[in-house]
Amino acid sequence: MAHQPCAVVGVGQTHHKTRRWDVSLGGLVREAAGRALEDAQMDWKDIDAVVIGKAPDLFEGVMKPELYLTDALGAAGKPMFRVHTAGSVGGTTGIVAAHHVETGRHKRVLAVAYQKQSEGNAQFALGSGRGASLGAGGAFAPYMRAYIARSGAPMDVGPMVAVKDRQNAMKNPYAHLKLADISIDTVKASPMLWDPIHYLESCPSSDGACAVVFTDEEGGKAAEKAGRQPAWILASAVRSEPSQFPGRDPVRPQGAVDCATDVYKQAGITNPREQIDCAEIYVPFSWLEPMWLEAHLIAEEGTGWKMTESGDTALGGSFPVNMSGGVLSSNPIGASGLLRFSEAALQVRGMAGEHQVDGAKVALGQAYGAANQYFSMWVVSNSLDPFGK
Amino acid sequence: MPGQNPDDIAIIGWSISPMERHTGKTEAQLLLEVVTGAVEDAGITRREVDFTCAGSCDYVAGQAFSFVQNIDAVGAWPPKRDSHVEMDGAWALYEAWIRLQLGDIDVACAMGSGRSSTADPALIYPMEMDPFYLAPLGADAMSFAALQARALLDSGKVTERQMAEIAARTRRDAKESPYAQVKGDFDADALLREDYVRSPLRKHDLPPITDGACAMVIARADKAKELCPNPVWITGFDHYAELHYPGMRDLRESRSTTLAAKAAGIGEGAVEVAEIQAAFTHEEPLLVEALGLGADTVVNPSGGPLAANPIMATGLIRIAEAARQIRDNGKHRTLGHSTSGPCLQQNLVCILEGN
Repeated sequence: MAHQPCAVVGVGQTHHKTRRWDVSLGGLVREAAGRALEDAQMDWKDIDAVVIGKAPDLFEGVMKPELYLTDALGAAGKPMFRVHTAGSVGGTTGIVAAHHVETGRHKRVLAVAYQKQSEGNAQFALGSGRGASLGAGGAFAPYMRAYIARSGAPMDVGPMVAVKDRQNAMKNPYAHLKLADISIDTVKASPMLWDPIHYLESCPSSDGACAVVFTDEEGGKAAEKAGRQPAWILASAVRSEPSQFPGRDPVRPQGAVDCATDVYKQAGITNPREQIDCAEIYVPFSWLEPMWLEAHLIAEEGTGWKMTESGDTALGGSFPVNMSGGVLSSNPIGASGLLRFSEAALQVRGMAGEHQVDGAKVALGQAYGAANQYFSMWVVSNSLDPFGK
Repeated sequence: MPGQNPDDIAIIGWSISPMERHTGKTEAQLLLEVVTGAVEDAGITRREVDFTCAGSCDYVAGQAFSFVQNIDAVGAWPPKRDSHVEMDGAWALYEAWIRLQLGDIDVACAMGSGRSSTADPALIYPMEMDPFYLAPLGADAMSFAALQARALLDSGKVTERQMAEIAARTRRDAKESPYAQVKGDFDADALLREDYVRSPLRKHDLPPITDGACAMVIARADKAKELCPNPVWITGFDHYAELHYPGMRDLRESRSTTLAAKAAGIGEGAVEVAEIQAAFTHEEPLLVEALGLGADTVVNPSGGPLAANPIMATGLIRIAEAARQIRDNGKHRTLGHSTSGPCLQQNLVCILEGN
C-alpha cells in the first residue's frame, strides 16, 4: 500500500497585503481555504483531515493557533495537525498533507498555511524580543556576499532579479507589491539595507494565507475526467542541517543539494534544466535566485547568475523562475512555502492566468528556512508519467 | 498478528530524561541525551535514523524558532529528512509513523521536549486561546481545567474525594518510577482538608511544572524484527480535534478521545494498561470513560502527568511508558494517550501490542 499517487485538485490564496485589517486570523485562513475548496469543487464536509503550517507563533501572539483555528477550518471532529519548520514550513505543510494521502491514510486532505505579520512585529519576534536582532536580511547578507565573491557575478544580477519578480507580480492579482515603475536604476538607488541587499531587493512583510486540497488517484482522475486538470505530485523531499559548524557551506548548503538530488531521483529527472519547465523557489532576497539555481543543480556551480543575466529566468525565458512574483512580491512567511508549491501546481494545471508559462508540464516548488538549513521541494506534473518511463 | 505486514511499524527504543522542576540544561542538551539514549536503546547510531521529527513549542521555550537549535541534538549531518511539529512529541511520533508508511525508509526518531520552567504558565497559556474572545479573559490552563472539573462534579460523574484518591494513587505508584518528580504517600483525607488553589481544584489535583524530554525510535516491520527481539507494534494510531470554545462543548465528555480510540481500534481487544495524559485529577475518570476502559485496565502505573508533566513531551512519554509495559513488564496490549488545548480539545490515542 506504500506510496500511492496524490493529486492537487484545489488551490486558493488570499490577496496579500501589508495589513489585512478586514479579516481576523480565522477569516484570513478561511478566505484561502474557501477558494481552494471551490477550485476542488468540494465542501468543508468532504475534507478528512487538516494540516496547518505557519512560522513562529510569536509573530501573531497566538500560541498553537491550530487550536483556535479548528473551528474556522471546519476541523472539529477531524484530525488537525500543525507543522512548523521555519521558513520552509509552507512547503513541508504541503508535503506532510500529501503523505496523509500517499500512505492511503486519508482520501482528501486540506493543507493551510498562513502568517498575519501585521498582528505583531516580525523583526522583534525573529530576535525573540532580544536586542540587536540582525533581521533575516542581516543574517543572510554575508552568504550573498560570499556567493558574489565566489562566482564573480556582476552586481546588476541582484537588481535584475528584483525587477523581474516585481514585473511578474504585475500579472498576479493576489501579489502584495505592485511596483509598475521598478527598474535596475531605481533598485540601485534605493537605500542599502544590508550590503549587497538594497531596499528594493528585499521581500515585503505580508498578511496572507494559502490553501491546497489533496486527493488520491481516484479523486485526481475524477477531476481530470470532469475537465479539471489536477497537478500530480511526482516527488517530494525535505532536508535539514545544523546551523553552524566548521566546514558548513551556507552558500551551497549540502541540505539543498541533497534535497534536490532526492526529489529529482524520485521524479525520474536526470537533467533538471531541460526536464523541468519552470520553477517557483523561495527568494526573499534577490541574490538567492542564482544561489538556489546552483545549489538545486539547475545551473552549474558558479553559473546560476548567467541564467538570470541572460533572461532565461524571465517569464518568457527558457527556464522561468518565480512566475507569480515570488517571495520578493508577497511574503506572509508561514504561507510563502505553500504559495511556491501552489504556483508550481497552478502552472502544470494551466491555471496561472497572465503569469502562465505556455505548455508547462513539469514544475518545481521549493522553500527553505532558518540559516539556509531547512529545505522542502516538490515536483508536480499534469501527468503521472511525463517522461514516458 | 502484528509485524506480518511490511508496513507495520514498531517502537524499538526510547529514552526519557530526568524530570526536574528546573533543569540547568538547554532544550538541545536535554534532547542530545535522550536521542543518544533512544538510538542506543534501539541498538543503532544516529546515522541509521532516516527521518527525525521533533515536537516543541516556542512559547514554552520563550523563543522564536527554538527548535532550530535543537537540530544539533539530532545530529543532522549529513543532512537529514526532518520535520517539526508545534505539538506534543506524540504528534511528532504520528508524523514519523505516517512517514515510514511511505515505504522508502526504515527508521525514524520522534522527540518531544519542553522547559516549562522558562516561562510563567499563567502568562503563556491564555495565549493559546481564541485571541479575540477568550485570551483577553486571561484564563489559563488551570482555570479551564477548574471549569471542566466543576462540570463533572455538578453532574455527579466525579467527586472531590475520588479526585484526591487519584492524586494519592498516582503519586504512590510514582514511587517506583525513576521519571517522577512528585511522589510519595499521601492521605486522601488530609489532602481534602487543604484549601482550593482554584476552586474546585486543590494543589494535589494539579500537575507539577516540569522540565524534560523524550525520544523514541520506530522502524518498519522487517527492520524492527532485525534490530529488536521484542518490538512493540503500533497497531492503531489516531487523533481528533473538537471545537475550541469550551462553551460550545459538553465538558462532561471527551468526544474527540472517543473518536480517536474507536478509529485506532481500541475495541479489538482488552487494554491491560493505559498511560493517559490526565494532567488534572478529574480528567482521569473522564478520559477512562471516553476511552471505554473497564475496571481491569491499569491506569497510569508510572504516576502519569500528575507525577511529572514536561509539557510537549508528556504525551510521548505516555506512549513510552505504555511500550515499557509490553517490552519490560510482560503485558500484551496497552495504550498511550495525549491531549492538547483547553479542556482536552484535541486527543490522540496510540494502541500498542507485543509479539
